[in-house]
Amino acid sequence: MPDEVLDCRGQRCPLPVIAAARRMPEVPVGTVVRVLADDPAAAVDIPAWCRMRGQEFVAAITGPDGPAYDIRRAH
Amino acid sequence: MSASPVYLDAATAAPLHPVARQALLAALDDGWADPGKLYTQARRARQLLDAAREATAQTLGVRADELSFTPSGTAAAHGAVLGGLAARHRVGSRLVHSAIEHSAVLHAAERHVAAGGTANAVPVDRLGRLDLTAWSDAVRAPGVALAALITASHEVGTVQPVAEAAAACADAGVPLYVDAAQSVGRVPLPAGWSVLSASAHKWGGPPGVGVLAVRKGTRWESPWPADEREGGRTPGAVNLPAVVAAAASLRAAAADAAAQESRLAPLVDRIRARVAVEVPDVEVVGDPVHRLPHLVTFSCLYVDGEALLHALDRRGFAVSSGSSCTSSTLRPSHVLEAMGVLSHGNVRVSLHRETTEADVERFLAELPGIVAGLRAEAGVVGL
Repeated sequence: MPDEVLDCRGQRCPLPVIAAARRMPEVPVGTVVRVLADDPAAAVDIPAWCRMRGQEFVAAITGPDGPAYDIRRAH
Repeated sequence: MSASPVYLDAATAAPLHPVARQALLAALDDGWADPGKLYTQARRARQLLDAAREATAQTLGVRADELSFTPSGTAAAHGAVLGGLAARHRVGSRLVHSAIEHSAVLHAAERHVAAGGTANAVPVDRLGRLDLTAWSDAVRAPGVALAALITASHEVGTVQPVAEAAAACADAGVPLYVDAAQSVGRVPLPAGWSVLSASAHKWGGPPGVGVLAVRKGTRWESPWPADEREGGRTPGAVNLPAVVAAAASLRAAAADAAAQESRLAPLVDRIRARVAVEVPDVEVVGDPVHRLPHLVTFSCLYVDGEALLHALDRRGFAVSSGSSCTSSTLRPSHVLEAMGVLSHGNVRVSLHRETTEADVERFLAELPGIVAGLRAEAGVVGL
């Protein structure tokens, strides 16, 4: 389960990625943040951001809130 | 401040080659009659059409009777896919294609699936190169009627391993269709294909002319209502003046291709290297080595693709983008998606015979400031 949720539904890319990039440095290392994002580009861009920033992309999930992406702060 | 225009979207449409313009104007006077009729004007039109076909066939390395002119590259791609599938429906109804085909091929595949067929998209790696093992397994499966592979990615420039993919198809007895739109007139064509399509406005010909080549011995059946013109492969009267211009410009482009490749490839390498160094947080995508000589793609983190295109346009630069916000469907490019690379802030730059080193230098000089300006506006500096 994620430690916190960022609700970016209704936002178009790159906004969900920007929201994640703003939040991740504020949470302790090891924290899992779930980004809710229904823009289809988020499915590509959130994992790509994790790769570029050396953060851990945990999984893409489709739950009751729609598509979601779990990121763990790795450093 | 006004900026002089720099057109960098040749992968969409190259500027009309001067030879094409000349041939087009001459053929408007001389090639308006129906080449199928039995009078003097028609015979002149027939001569022009035959000469255009002969010249184009020679450049592509096929026989003249294997080649048809179509109303567009898209029509040629649709015909290639649907005709290849129709001819082998007794063998099966499965289409195998790479995940990075042009949308014209994917739309034909959708039509095939809607009609009860199946389609199998073979993945690519992070550089946009076909997964050959998955491809070989896919074409070997029972019931495959046709395989489709783009010769080189129109979005990221990665050249595909066509010869190896063709060998796998030959082993499996499956005909291979190649979309060669970005290769024809620029780089040598790979061997081993059965059906090929291309598009004249990519090589400096006029828009509205496509090419469909079907090799002898290939099973292919027109998916369109019957029409005896163009070998029965595509219905309707050809736009003869445009076809004549397309053929003349292809001959000129092919004759100049090696020289253009050695001029443009280093400029593309320069863009790849400098953008990676001079624009922070950028992902330059596509294979760094096995690539087309005229096309380069990169994505800028946190930047809106549409805003970037508009900002570049205001400075006179015409480029393309695979970002979702620039597409009518609001979906990111399926090519970038298949590669798993950043899709927002995406720019595709494609060069042509009129592109100068000074054009590229001005683009490289202005791009970092334009990206920085957009990031400052969006408040994402330092993220």
